[in-house]
Amino acid sequence: MGIDAGISRRGFLKGAGGAGLVIGVTLSGLGRGRVMAGEAPFAPNAFVRVSPDNLVTVVIKQFEMGQGVTTGLATLVADEMDADWSQIRTEFAPADLALYKNLFFGIQATGGSNSIANSYDQMRRAGAMARAMLVAAAAKAWNVPADSVSVSKGVLTAGARRAVFGDVASAAARLPPPDDVVLKRPDRFTLIGKHVGRLDSPAKSTGKETYTIDMDLPGLLTAVTAKPPRFGATVKSFDASDALAVKGVRHVVGIPEGVAVVAEGTWPALKGRKALRVEWDESGAERRSSDDLVAEYRLLLDKPGAVAVRRGDPPGGLAAAVKTVDAVLEFPYLAHAAMEPMNCIAWLHDGTLETWSGHQAPTMDQLNMAAAAGLPVDKVVLHTLPSGGSFGRRSTFDGDHIVEAVRVAKAVGGTAPIRLQRMREDDMRAGYYRPLYVHRVRAGVDAAGKLCGWSHRIVGQSIYSASPAAAAAMKDGVDDSSVEGAANTPYAIPNLQVDLHSPGPEVPVHVWRSVGNSHTAYAMETVMDELAGLAGRDPVEFRLALLTEQPRHAGVLRLAAEQANWGSALPDGVARGVAVHRTFNTSVAQVVELGLDDDGTIRVRRVVVAVDCGRVVNPDIVRAQMEGGVGFGLSAALLSELTLDKGAAVERNFDAFQVLRIDRMPAVEVHIVESDEAPTGVGEPGVPPVAPAIANAVAALTGTRVRRLPFARWKPGTA
Amino acid sequence: MATNINVNGASVAIEADPDTPLLWVLREHLGLKGTKYGCGISACGACTVHMDGMPVRSCVLPLEGVGTARITTIEGLESPAARAVRDAWIALDVVQCGYCQSGQIMSAIALLEGTPAPTDEDIDGAMSGNICRCATYLRIRAAIRAAAAALKA
Ligand code: FES
Ligand code: FES
Repeated sequence: MGIDAGISRRGFLKGAGGAGLVIGVTLSGLGRGRVMAGEAPFAPNAFVRVSPDNLVTVVIKQFEMGQGVTTGLATLVADEMDADWSQIRTEFAPADLALYKNLFFGIQATGGSNSIANSYDQMRRAGAMARAMLVAAAAKAWNVPADSVSVSKGVLTAGARRAVFGDVASAAARLPPPDDVVLKRPDRFTLIGKHVGRLDSPAKSTGKETYTIDMDLPGLLTAVTAKPPRFGATVKSFDASDALAVKGVRHVVGIPEGVAVVAEGTWPALKGRKALRVEWDESGAERRSSDDLVAEYRLLLDKPGAVAVRRGDPPGGLAAAVKTVDAVLEFPYLAHAAMEPMNCIAWLHDGTLETWSGHQAPTMDQLNMAAAAGLPVDKVVLHTLPSGGSFGRRSTFDGDHIVEAVRVAKAVGGTAPIRLQRMREDDMRAGYYRPLYVHRVRAGVDAAGKLCGWSHRIVGQSIYSASPAAAAAMKDGVDDSSVEGAANTPYAIPNLQVDLHSPGPEVPVHVWRSVGNSHTAYAMETVMDELAGLAGRDPVEFRLALLTEQPRHAGVLRLAAEQANWGSALPDGVARGVAVHRTFNTSVAQVVELGLDDDGTIRVRRVVVAVDCGRVVNPDIVRAQMEGGVGFGLSAALLSELTLDKGAAVERNFDAFQVLRIDRMPAVEVHIVESDEAPTGVGEPGVPPVAPAIANAVAALTGTRVRRLPFARWKPGTA
Repeated sequence: MATNINVNGASVAIEADPDTPLLWVLREHLGLKGTKYGCGISACGACTVHMDGMPVRSCVLPLEGVGTARITTIEGLESPAARAVRDAWIALDVVQCGYCQSGQIMSAIALLEGTPAPTDEDIDGAMSGNICRCATYLRIRAAIRAAAAALKA
């Protein structure tokens, strides 16, 4: 039972009684896996359990925020095991760097749309290993050669012999691991690439899913925090007497972030917070408004920035242009506005800290919380729950809301588990926004109608300078996340320069679904479209001419154009626009069709999407992510804006921070390129092309180039 | 002082301030966690429940305003329309994060109970108070149409 013992020691098999089969595979080695037993020389991964009751539990190391990764990872294991889909169960992994790190990031975290990509081989090996040991156990019991045992839908057979996984699980656990596993050829896949329903649909369609806001514990108290109105302000003093007089309020505590009211329920906590009197120290507070920042950023556009990429002779290229575009583009701060406002339960007891939250980056959260609690890291036990969205919000480098929960728990002396719950207004005011950016692009075409130069300056706050990996993330003063999508453009642009200023207002910023691509795609694809017009060329042809070395990128553009009948006639008052962008190795092209309502409101009628994400694990989830990505991108393109007024957030709830509603959701058609290439992600890449495709359609319809998002601020007939 | 209300067919006595929004009564006094908090100002629909069959936002309905009305939550639904909607939601894999979906489903059921064959305009009209930040709107529309078809059959 070395296998079980080894993994039990990591607290992994808690409650599983040691019965059944636990599988670990090494991280390295092509097609080779080995179960680590006893004193493991390397730390193994542990992803699969088969119990005697014939359930297969897949341990999910990536965070489920709605993108469907739970189903995707389980599919990889189940396919290689030849398990029956109905016997698959899942659980979220504990925080454990050695076992569950993201193989691309080196920490346990979900982001960059790389959950499937980094796990694809690892999870398949885990499944194949399980299958091989179950087969060996059956072969031994039946006294037949292993290669005479076949497996289908969770049933092992050899001649007239038949067993299910659970029958041989305990025997398999006593077998030595195989030296080698052979992964399936893609033509043998039974689940990968096929229609497999989401595992979480039943619970989420009946109100039964448990999110952090729903989690219950004996004696659980709710905390809400009063925070300074302006970013950068702090508490000067507070008077808790009225708050403490509110029925149900148990504690009022000062923490670095503000003043927390801890009560027996949400409503008493809110009433207590209302009764609280706080004086703020605003001496270090941000006082600028969004308009001030835009004005300052515009001044920086005249100064050379840190160079992200320079090739050819950018000034010479522009000098050779006969027609040029000189565009200044503005992008507002954006809140993530995930449906479940940020929250975390923290419980200090018996010398440990236990937490329940949507931990998007468990090992980073663990470090942050250990520091806040003053405990060693191994005394911090995380329970990861699915979250009501995130869009990057639950992966902040300082773990803002998570650390706040720990501080409250500590301040009340560990007397009870505490759920720190941000109300919508708290959530929206808290910052960690997609930064406000200003771009200037100067680009031109020569006498032959060829793109001859592109100079691109970007101004906006750095996201990664606040990260623990800042040194590695910042190259020569350039935060790659501010320039990605421009500096690494797939277009063969001769004479290209992208440079960057990273000013630092007192507003926390963070990654937001598709990160830098959320603004660079707009700059790249609207200017590219305009250049095509100046060159007198069709926008699709103009782009394709610059993508001869990028067949997959060109492929999605061609596919979307074809499926949208690019170039065919449209009814009066309707126009098409196209955009193509690569986000985290996945290329997505979109063609939108839109018109204007009588009051000038943009009405997007149809979006045709083509995506190349390599090997597809679950086509319906790819479609869902493209649909959702289009909808999320439409919110930002058309409606959403987080405005700073003298250092305070103006939009604090969904009445003012507008997001897409069903009545403006267009038809979305998704076309997926068939591919044998390694899988890449789909959670974010659907977002960036929407806004530029809309802008290009609006330009086709009205002749106006809109330079500022969201479109809600634009009235037809103005620029 | 206890307030008596009727939730999912049972009369329950609630010890809470009369101004407590029904949302928190359901979630924290009755343990009915399917009804979600999203905004607290009647702007997102996550907290939608039925009050005598009509969809209402429980985040702005104080306990003292419930009176003798019958409150139904996602946990208490057992009508043919409820089953059809639930089945369609699962068959079409509408959900992503799922957080908005109790509210979406409550609005969808109320729509179908009043309008068994809704047009797309009916659907958009009845559902535009429910935000889905994951933008599952296309599948919500499709699932409502599928549920309507199933109810007709
Ligand atoms: S929580 Fe009630 S409408 Fe948003
Ligand atoms: S499914 Fe995530 S908010 Fe609707």
